[in-house]
Amino acid sequence: MAQTRMIRLTVNGETGSYTVPVRQNLVDFIRNDLGLTGSHVGCEHGVCGACSIEVNGDLVRGCLMFAVQADGAEITTIEGLAESGRGAALRAAFTARNALQCGYCTPGMLATALDYVEGGGAADRDAIRAHLSGNYCRCTGYQSIVDAVCDVIEGRVEA
Amino acid sequence: MSVTKALPHDAARLHVTGAARYVDDIPVPADCLHLAFGLAPIAAGRITTLDLAPVRDAPGVALVLEAADLDRPADCSPSAHDEPLLSGHSIHYLGQPVFLVAATSHLAARKAARRAVIETQKRDAVLSVDDALGVNARFEDGPRIWEKGDAGEAIDAAPHVVTGAIDVGGQEHFYLEGQCALALPQEGGDMVVHASTQHPTEIQHKVADALGLPMHAVRVETRRMGGGFGGKESQGNALAIACAIVAAKTGRPAKMRYDRDDDMTITGKRHDIRIEYSAGFDEEGRLLGVEFVHLMRCGWAQDLSLPVADRAMLHADNAYHLPSARIESHRLKTNTQSATAFRGFGGPQGMMGIERVMDHAAHVLGLDPLEIRRRNYYAEADDSAAAHGAEGTASRLSGKVKPPGGPDPDSGAAAAPAGSEPVKDAADNPHVDLASRGAQGTVPEGRAPEGTHAAQTTPYGMAVEDFVLGTMTGRLAESCDYAARRAAIAEWNAQSEVLKRGLALTPVKFGISFTLTHLNQAGALVHVYQDGSLVLNHGGTEMGQGLFQKVAQVTAEVFGLDTGAVKITATDTGKVPNTSATAASSGSDLNGMAAKTAALTIRDRMADFLAAEHQARAAEVRFDGGMVTVAGSEMPFAEAVKRCYEGRVSLSSTGFYKTPKLQWDRIKGQGRPFFYFAHGAACSEVVIDTLTGEHRILRTDILHDCGRSLNPALDRGQIEGGFVQGAGWLTSEELVWDDDGRLTTHAPATYKIPACSDRPDIFNVELWQEDNREETIYRSKAVGEPPFMLGMSVFFALSDAIAACGPGYPMLDAPATPEEVLRAIGRARG
Repeated sequence: MAQTRMIRLTVNGETGSYTVPVRQNLVDFIRNDLGLTGSHVGCEHGVCGACSIEVNGDLVRGCLMFAVQADGAEITTIEGLAESGRGAALRAAFTARNALQCGYCTPGMLATALDYVEGGGAADRDAIRAHLSGNYCRCTGYQSIVDAVCDVIEGRVEA
Repeated sequence: MSVTKALPHDAARLHVTGAARYVDDIPVPADCLHLAFGLAPIAAGRITTLDLAPVRDAPGVALVLEAADLDRPADCSPSAHDEPLLSGHSIHYLGQPVFLVAATSHLAARKAARRAVIETQKRDAVLSVDDALGVNARFEDGPRIWEKGDAGEAIDAAPHVVTGAIDVGGQEHFYLEGQCALALPQEGGDMVVHASTQHPTEIQHKVADALGLPMHAVRVETRRMGGGFGGKESQGNALAIACAIVAAKTGRPAKMRYDRDDDMTITGKRHDIRIEYSAGFDEEGRLLGVEFVHLMRCGWAQDLSLPVADRAMLHADNAYHLPSARIESHRLKTNTQSATAFRGFGGPQGMMGIERVMDHAAHVLGLDPLEIRRRNYYAEADDSAAAHGAEGTASRLSGKVKPPGGPDPDSGAAAAPAGSEPVKDAADNPHVDLASRGAQGTVPEGRAPEGTHAAQTTPYGMAVEDFVLGTMTGRLAESCDYAARRAAIAEWNAQSEVLKRGLALTPVKFGISFTLTHLNQAGALVHVYQDGSLVLNHGGTEMGQGLFQKVAQVTAEVFGLDTGAVKITATDTGKVPNTSATAASSGSDLNGMAAKTAALTIRDRMADFLAAEHQARAAEVRFDGGMVTVAGSEMPFAEAVKRCYEGRVSLSSTGFYKTPKLQWDRIKGQGRPFFYFAHGAACSEVVIDTLTGEHRILRTDILHDCGRSLNPALDRGQIEGGFVQGAGWLTSEELVWDDDGRLTTHAPATYKIPACSDRPDIFNVELWQEDNREETIYRSKAVGEPPFMLGMSVFFALSDAIAACGPGYPMLDAPATPEEVLRAIGRARG
């Protein structure tokens, strides 16, 4: 089996071709090859959620997917969200609610929260907590994160 | 006003856009090497064969080093010089770094490290408390013992005696960002190190020592950490030293990042502890005397274990007046990771002893646990004694001279083994890390100020004069409806066969200051540029707690500006030297004060100049709302700065602060180790499933003392996060070592930190905002560690729920995992 393979994919609206080692994780590709370091590596086996990104509209753990599997895919990282303006209300709410401290979990947490909000999730704290339970935060105790998501759903935030 | 405002975290915008840089995000030159350690496969014994040829032959490998390859000994210890970077042939724990690989990528280095052939000869590992006691494996010559009165006699004479023991597990920090360091070689052999560390000065010292350079040849920079929690006080030393050695040898940049499994396998955690207790109570539930034996597993190296174990002893009283007490502390040496600093630094462990005693005694005496707690509280502070000095006087503290006189020879009631702790003269030994909490102080301290005559004292002789938990507890009990819910829960439990509820309200009184007195100092550097913008630098590090924002608020406040005018720059040993770790909750207290002093120096210079220009007095120059007013004329701050610059006024200053009133003799266990106490109280309600042992937190109410909060939003974040982390420590976070000494819970797949769904269903947090009686920065209180111990309310609520299952006392151990809850239910049922 070849050790590398050519892939073509679109990241944050920019399409390009890349040669990647076949065993390279998607998040390592995004961080090291594309220089998009907003996606963080926390546990590297799919538990902490810090590397959560959007692949073809689905929420994916960047450490549990190989870069070659993303051939042909459309990927949005935290940087792409910021550029496009998508999720602006969540970013404003996370800031206003102090829903972050060290910030390391924040990009993954925002991606997961956006998945909930854009999926039409209700401002139901239990449902939000269940949805966010795959993303660890060691700093905040989560209260302010749930507050921020509720604020966005209930329209209390000016983006 | 800039201070007291609930401003968001200064880096929030960077975090939500992914622009915030951690060490691993710093762009590196293409020739950067990436490092990995090869780890020991046994807990104790010798390496008989170490074949690294397959490692050297692996793809991408540039350099492989074992201990014998190092030009000079490289030590990572913050205290006893007992942590060689690479093991040599003698192995002390499973996971100890044996050799170092430098390769062209992180993955190549890790893959290569796995190719070593290591043959070993095992010897019996000392793993448990009992193992260590059996072979007398310990740090220090014997146990440290502090005594107040004759506790044994008091217990013997007491009408009610409770005895028992509680095991409290350790805790993995689980900072989301793993340990990481990057070394960049400079001209003339100098080294620049970027490290994810709470203690840049220690990294600077340890790297300089390992390279044989003076400290001025090494500059350490820390912009931020992705969480620290104490795990980055000393545990980052090995990575920084390894990177610096490789960078020095190869002339190439070197970066090292532990992956999560390596991180958890290599680094130290919170000390676990077994506390044996015996306590005597009178008929009303008043404590007469108590004896504690602390058995702490410290791991293979000393690290910070002595001050951690000291702090556990210092918090053996928590919020309670102990008329007589004996605290005996054993610091046991085991073949496990070297236990280290973790939020609370032993304080939480110490408190668990007395809280267990109160809970146990309440069960035996048939009293409500809250009632017995309140009956034993320290006396409430006398309001009339409260200091309410004007703001702005605090800065003068920096020049305050301690009263003369040595320690009182009559004050020591303790019977610690004398002379067991020879104080080495640091000047004779350049390897001593003076800025570490593991260091020994050599400068004699002045005598601590006397407390007011009638004040109750702690077991270590410190007057407790700022106690507010009586009032706070009353307020919280009322707001959370404790009494009615207590009755409702009893009724509910009587009807409920399978599910049982429990309720507990527990206090926290936490001492604020480094117990190594000389660490209670800080420096800051403020520049004002010609355009009126400011740069702020100080010795504290940012790990998410919001320290930078708080200190920026203080600085902006002095000039009457918004924080937007202040650029907060990365912690840098080249800008502010000789810093203490950002630890002991002291970050804002120390650095805030230092920054204020620096800012006031500049402001005073500006005021002098502007006043002279206008034939006014300097005291009349006002800095407020971005404007400067002098003799009736008003100008924007930037205009005032421009005039001062053109008038050749120095617009840059350092600031320095040292905490007053401290004096501490750790051998005697006597003095005033703390400037003040921070308080908090939490009431938690839980429900348990008696068939599975599973449990949930239904509701938590918190009232926490922040003094006059510098930033209520950031403080609230510390309280909520601290509580959840504390609850995790005592419930789901279980560290398991197998019989070979292998940590089997070395990743989040097996080690469970609280998730979003684990926090309380109802979570009410209020700040108790009353001025600190001591002259702290704008009368605020430290808030980093104290809320962690609010998590104890969950543990004792679980104990309460379990007690509803039968007549016996549950004797619950921590962490209260479902398995442990089931065992405790069995004990309660008898």
